[in-house]
Amino acid sequence: MAVMLRNTETGYGLVAILFHWTIAALFAGQVTLGLVMTGLADEEPEKFGLYQWHKSFGLLILLLALVRLTWRLINWAPDLPAGMPVWEQRAARLAHVFLYAAIVLVPVTGWAFVSSSPLGIPTFAFYLVVVPHLPVPVSEAAEAVLQRVHTSLALISAVVAVLHVGAALRHHFVRKDAVLRRMIVPARRRCGD
Amino acid sequence: MRRLSILSAFIIVLFTLPALADALLSQASGRYRIDAAKSRIGFSVAQVGGGGISGVFGEFTGRFEINGRDISRSKVEISIAPASVATGQPRVENFLRGKAVLDAVRNPEVIFRSSKVTRTGPQSAVIEGLLSARGRQKPALFNVELVKRAGRRIVFRVTGDIRRAPYDMQVGYPIYSNIVKFEMTLIGRRI
Ligand code: HEM
Ligand code: HEM
Repeated sequence: MAVMLRNTETGYGLVAILFHWTIAALFAGQVTLGLVMTGLADEEPEKFGLYQWHKSFGLLILLLALVRLTWRLINWAPDLPAGMPVWEQRAARLAHVFLYAAIVLVPVTGWAFVSSSPLGIPTFAFYLVVVPHLPVPVSEAAEAVLQRVHTSLALISAVVAVLHVGAALRHHFVRKDAVLRRMIVPARRRCGD
Repeated sequence: MRRLSILSAFIIVLFTLPALADALLSQASGRYRIDAAKSRIGFSVAQVGGGGISGVFGEFTGRFEINGRDISRSKVEISIAPASVATGQPRVENFLRGKAVLDAVRNPEVIFRSSKVTRTGPQSAVIEGLLSARGRQKPALFNVELVKRAGRRIVFRVTGDIRRAPYDMQVGYPIYSNIVKFEMTLIGRRI
């Protein structure tokens, strides 16, 4: 009954589970931080530092997301429970694809946005690494567009994540199926497998 | 014989040079007002990974007194309007004027007053004094070099490094250096 690292037909492996919860926690923190920091007046001395943490954690999410996606591409997801209506299955798949896209595109658009700023404020990730700017046009206009793209995409993703959480809770408490449990307890190799 | 005379001429020049410089300085003796229109107070703050923010303070007034007999008794006082900071980027300027940095509304003046002048060479000196900004007063040091003197005008190049932290202006550190490098050309007119 060894714990599986890889996914099986019925459950998620330990790697997928660790990726899921690490990124879920970072993502939730990141949305909160984004909303808090943009709510502060420019005068607040903490604001500058919070932006740096937002950029640092955002890029960490991007890095983890890329490794996670690679892992996902060489691992099938477990089958959805039998008897789930087709529209629900489609909605679940769509939501997962969207959330995978979000954890890559939200940080990439954030990175492009700061890169397009005429202010040229460096991104010094975790006060350890200077992250270069992306090769995007630098102008007030480009910055305004990319800012809107980043923040809208982030907020839409947050809404989808909330729906996703609602669906998971519904599976657990209403449907009483294994969907939430299998994202918590890693799949095990059965004797004889 | 000839070689000896060249040598002795050289020695004489060598020994009279400081006296010559002193003579120049005693001619420079007097009170001056800083000509803000022609002077320049530039600054720069380096950023991690290269580059940084640089700009000027456009509005300032100041005066100094050169004591030709005893240079150490010379004095300088300069007042800069922090609101006049210019970097070519309005968002940066507003940030620098704002509460997080210079807080120009509540502290409309940055003042330097010398307390000690030490000559370091025929044309150079170190000026120590107090720099007050954002409601705080801290010791500061500037290097001064005489560039030229013509008629009633005297031109100095002044450089100095000021740390931001003692003035509680360290916002952005360590992405932006703690050190503000000042580079000024101050033109005095005799009064
Ligand atoms: C998964 C990662 C990320 C999430 C979930 C996220 C989310 C957010 C949110 C919710 C906001 C506030 C939106 C609003 O104004 O209401 C925001 C703003 C911002 N984000 Fe991100 N972000 C992420 C990654 C990044 C990255 C990697 C960067 C840059 C390298 C970045 C740079 C910014 C900046 C500079 C703002 C401030 C916008 C402003 O001042 O209006 N973000 N982000
Ligand atoms: C409390 C918060 C969350 C809960 C309870 C939760 C729950 C779940 C559950 C139960 C699954 C498995 C679905 C299945 O078995 O088919 C899952 C998958 C997934 N979740 Fe979440 N989730 C949460 C937050 C998030 C967040 C914030 C994100 C994205 C930013 C996210 C992205 C994903 C993705 C991409 C999958 C698909 C995984 C795969 O099939 O490879 N989740 N989530």
